Amino acid sequence: MAEVLKRSKPLAVNPLKAGQPLGAALAFLGLKNSIPMLHGSQGCTAFGKVFFVRHFREPIPLQTTAMDQVSSVMSSDENVIEGLRVICEKNRPDVVGLPTTGLSETQGTDIRRLVREFRQQHPQFAATAVVPVNTPDFSGCLESGFALALEAIIDVMVATSATAGRRKKQVNVLCGSMLTPGDTEAIKDWIESFGLRAVMLPDIGDSLDGHLVDAETTPLTLGGTPKSEIASMGESAATLVIGRSLAKAADLLKQRTGVPDFRFDHLLGLDACDAFTMALAEISGQPVPPGIDRQRAQLQDAMVDTHFMTGFLRVGIAADPDLLLALGQFLAGVGADIVAAVATARADALSDVPAASVQIGDLDDLERGASAHRAQLIVSNSHAVPAAERLQIPLLRAGFPQYDWVGGYARTWVGYRGARQALFDIANLFLGNPHDIPVHRSIYRTDSGRDAQGGAPAGAGLVRHQGAAGHA
Amino acid sequence: MKAAEIAELLNEPACVHNKKEKAGCAKTKPGATAGGCSFDGAQIALLPIADVAHIVHGPIACAGSSWDNRGTRSSGPTLYRIGMTTDLTEQDIIMGRSEKRLLHAIKQAIDDYAPKAVFLYSTCVPALIGDDLGAVAKAATEMWGVPVVPVDCAGFYGTKNLGNRIAGEAMFRHVIGTREPEPVPESAQRPGITVHDVNLIGEYNIAGEFWHVAPLFDELGLRILSTLSGDARFHEVQTMHRAEASMVVCAKALLNVARKLEGDYGVPFFEGSFYGITDTSQAFRDFARVIGDPDLMLRTEELVAREEKRIRAALAPWSERLKGKRVLLYTGGVKSWSVVSALQDLGMTVVATGTNKSTEEDKARIREIMGEDATMITDGSPKALLQAFKDYQADILIAGGRNLYTALKARIPFLDINQEREFGYAGYEGMLELVRQLALTLEAPVWDKVRKPSPWAASKVAGEALTVAGAGHG
Repeated sequence: MAEVLKRSKPLAVNPLKAGQPLGAALAFLGLKNSIPMLHGSQGCTAFGKVFFVRHFREPIPLQTTAMDQVSSVMSSDENVIEGLRVICEKNRPDVVGLPTTGLSETQGTDIRRLVREFRQQHPQFAATAVVPVNTPDFSGCLESGFALALEAIIDVMVATSATAGRRKKQVNVLCGSMLTPGDTEAIKDWIESFGLRAVMLPDIGDSLDGHLVDAETTPLTLGGTPKSEIASMGESAATLVIGRSLAKAADLLKQRTGVPDFRFDHLLGLDACDAFTMALAEISGQPVPPGIDRQRAQLQDAMVDTHFMTGFLRVGIAADPDLLLALGQFLAGVGADIVAAVATARADALSDVPAASVQIGDLDDLERGASAHRAQLIVSNSHAVPAAERLQIPLLRAGFPQYDWVGGYARTWVGYRGARQALFDIANLFLGNPHDIPVHRSIYRTDSGRDAQGGAPAGAGLVRHQGAAGHA
Repeated sequence: MKAAEIAELLNEPACVHNKKEKAGCAKTKPGATAGGCSFDGAQIALLPIADVAHIVHGPIACAGSSWDNRGTRSSGPTLYRIGMTTDLTEQDIIMGRSEKRLLHAIKQAIDDYAPKAVFLYSTCVPALIGDDLGAVAKAATEMWGVPVVPVDCAGFYGTKNLGNRIAGEAMFRHVIGTREPEPVPESAQRPGITVHDVNLIGEYNIAGEFWHVAPLFDELGLRILSTLSGDARFHEVQTMHRAEASMVVCAKALLNVARKLEGDYGVPFFEGSFYGITDTSQAFRDFARVIGDPDLMLRTEELVAREEKRIRAALAPWSERLKGKRVLLYTGGVKSWSVVSALQDLGMTVVATGTNKSTEEDKARIREIMGEDATMITDGSPKALLQAFKDYQADILIAGGRNLYTALKARIPFLDINQEREFGYAGYEGMLELVRQLALTLEAPVWDKVRKPSPWAASKVAGEALTVAGAGHG
C-alpha cells in the first residue's frame, strides 16, 4: 500500500500533467469520422493540437468554439451552437466530441442543454452524434478526461438493451488512455487469435497509428471505432476493460447492456498477460493457441536473461495513475525498486503502486525523489529529458507527450512480446550506463592525467554517464 | 484588460495601413478557427528572456500543453526552459485562493531559482474570476525585492498577434527604461571604431539562428543593447530606451514597442529581416543609415561585399540544384515576405504565399517583392493548401509545423519554417543551412517510393492472378 502524498508546493515546476480536455479529445480521436471541438478559447485547441501533432506525427482534427472577450463575459452559448453547425455543415462527421475547458466551466456552461438546443435548432444534423463532456483542466488529468469522455460516448451512443451475447464472437474492449496505437493493435491480434472479434473503444490504433492513405487530406479522423460498431456493443458476448480509470465507464456499459465484463488494471508483464489470456480462453471456449505459449516462454527467457540488470534497479516513475500502476507493477515484478513515484492526479489506482509513497506532483518532484534515492533509471515523458541529463541517468520514455522521439506512439508495451521488448530496452539502458568505480588518483602520482570531463550529450533515448569513461 | 485597452493595442498608428480593418486580428469563428490565443502570443514573445522565471497563472492546460515547446536558444542561463505554473485547482477557483497561491508560487520561484525577475502570465480562468495580477506583482516586488512583471494576456482576449503586442506593452510599461546601460568595456574598444548601441525587436533566436548574424554586429561595432527577446537578459531589456536605433525583425507584432521607443525616447526604428542575402545586407545598411555614421556606412559596405561574395560562392553548387524549383509558401506574418527574398536569392520561384496572419503592411511588402499580382492565399485549410500546391504546380511546401503532416500525408516535400523548427536559417550562414534542408527534402528518394502503388495493385486491376507476376522470379 503506497501512501499517497498531496501536492505540496504552490508552484508546479516542470509540469508532468496534461489537462482533462486533451484526454477527452484523445478519446474522440479514436472514433471514426469524428472531430473533437473544445469549448473554450482558441488557444485551448491550438496548444492541444500542437501537443498531439508532435506526439503522433500526424495531422490532428481539433476545433474550438473560439470564446472571445465578449462571449467569455456575456455568454458563449451561441458559440457552441454555431460551432456545431459549422462543423456539421462543412464536414458531415459521424461524431462531434464536445469537451469543456477551464474557461467555459468557470463561466458555468451547461453543455448538455446547449446540445439539446442545437438539436432543436438544427434537426437536419440528427445523423451526427454530439457527445458533450465536462472536462475542466482545473481538476483531474489527461487520463481522467479520457475516461470521462468514454463514459459520455457510452452514455450518448450505446442504447439500453437486453441483447447481450447475441453476437457470440464479438467482445468489447474499453481501452484506457495509457494504451498506445501499437498496444491496441496488439490487443486486437491477441483477441483474434482466439477466433473472437474485437470492438475497440476507442480505437486509436486504427486512427493514430500513422499510415499513408490515398486521400490526401481529411478534416476528420482517418479511422477509429465506427459509430455503428459502438451501437452494437450491447450485443457482445463480453467486455474487456483495461485501466482502472475506466471503472465508471465500464459500470455504465454494463448497466446499459448487461454484457458481462472482465476488468484489468493493465496488460504489462507476465501475470497481467496470463490473466488476459485466461479471460479470452474462457470467453471463446477455445484452447490457448500454441503461438501464445511460445511467446510466453520467450518472455520468461527474457526475464531470466535480464534479471541481472533489472534486479534491485532503482527506478523513478512519473506518469498518469493507470500508467504509473502498470509500469510500477511490471518493474517491481522483475525485481526493480520503485524509489520515486509521481502521479499527475489523485486516483484509486495509486494506493496499489508498489512504492512506499506516491507524490501527486510534477517532474521537479520526480527529479528530487530520484536524486534523493539515487535512482538509476527514470521513466516518464519527453519533458523529463533535462532532468535525466542533470541526474546523469537514462530515461525510458512513456506516456504523453513524446515529442523528441520518433515512434513512441507505435511502441507496444502490452502482451508477452511487448513486455519482452521493454525488458530488453530497460536492460540495454542499464548496460549503456556502466557504473564504473570512480577513478582514484593517488596523491603520490606525478603524471597529472588530463581531466577528461567531456560529457556526452543526451542521446535519443539514452543519457550517458559522464566522467570516468573518458579515460578508457 | 479592458476592452478599450485591447482596442488600443489593435490600433497601431505606426502601421501605414491602419485605416483598414486589421486582418491579423479578425474575429474568431466558432468551429472554424485555427491558431493560437493571446496567451500563446505573449508567452512566445517573452519566454526567450533567459534569466527570468516565467510563471503561467492558470489551470494546467495553458502551461501543461505548451511548456518547453519552443526552439529558442540561450547562450547562458536556462531558467526560461523550466516550466512553471500555478496549476490551479477547482478549490482555488471556487474558494478564491488563486491569488494567494500565485503569491506563494512567486516566493517559491524566487527561493529556488533566484531569478533576475519574475513574469506572471494571466490566462483565461484567472481573468474571468477577476484575479488582480498587477496587485500581486506589486506586493511581491515589495516583499522580496525582485521585479515581478504582470502580463495580462488571457487567451480569450484574442489572437496570438494581439498577445505579442500585449507582451510588448508590458515590457514598455514595466521594464524598459528602468536601468541605464553599462559603459562599453575597455577591452571591447577598438581604435577607430565608434560603438553604437542598437535594439533588435522581434528576433527570437530560433534554433540559435541569430548566432549566424551576431558576430557581424560585433565586427561593425554595433552593440546589441537588447533583443526582444531572443537570448535576452532582463537587465538588457531594461536598457532598450538608450539605443541609437531599433530594428523590428518580426514585422508588425512588436511594432508598438518600436513606435513607443521612438515617441518617448527618440529611438528611431526601421523594419527588416535576416532571411536571405539581400535582406541581411539591407538590415546592416539600414542600421548604418539610421545611425548616420559615415565611417560605419563605409565599413558596412565592405562587410556586405565581402560576406555576399563569400556566401554566393558557397551557395553556387546548391543554387544549381534548386534553381527554378517552385515554392508554395504558407506561413504567418513576417515570414510571408521575409522568406520570399531568401528563396528568390536562390533562384527559386515563389508561386504563392499565405497571408492569413499577415497585416496589411505585410501584404504591401509582399507586393513590393513579388510584384503587384502576387498570389496570396488566405484559406489555410489543408485541403485548400494542397489544391493550391497542385494549381500552381509547386515542388515544395514551406510552412509551419502544424502543416507538416498535411504535406507528408499528401506525399509532398516540406520545409518547416516556424518556431518549433530545429534549424537556423538567419543571416548569410543560415542560407547554407536553408539550401541544405531544401535540397534534402526536394531530392529525397522516398517520394517516388511512397507515391508508387504496390506491385500487385496493378495486376489486380488487370485481373491477373498474383501468382503470374511472381512466377517470373521463380
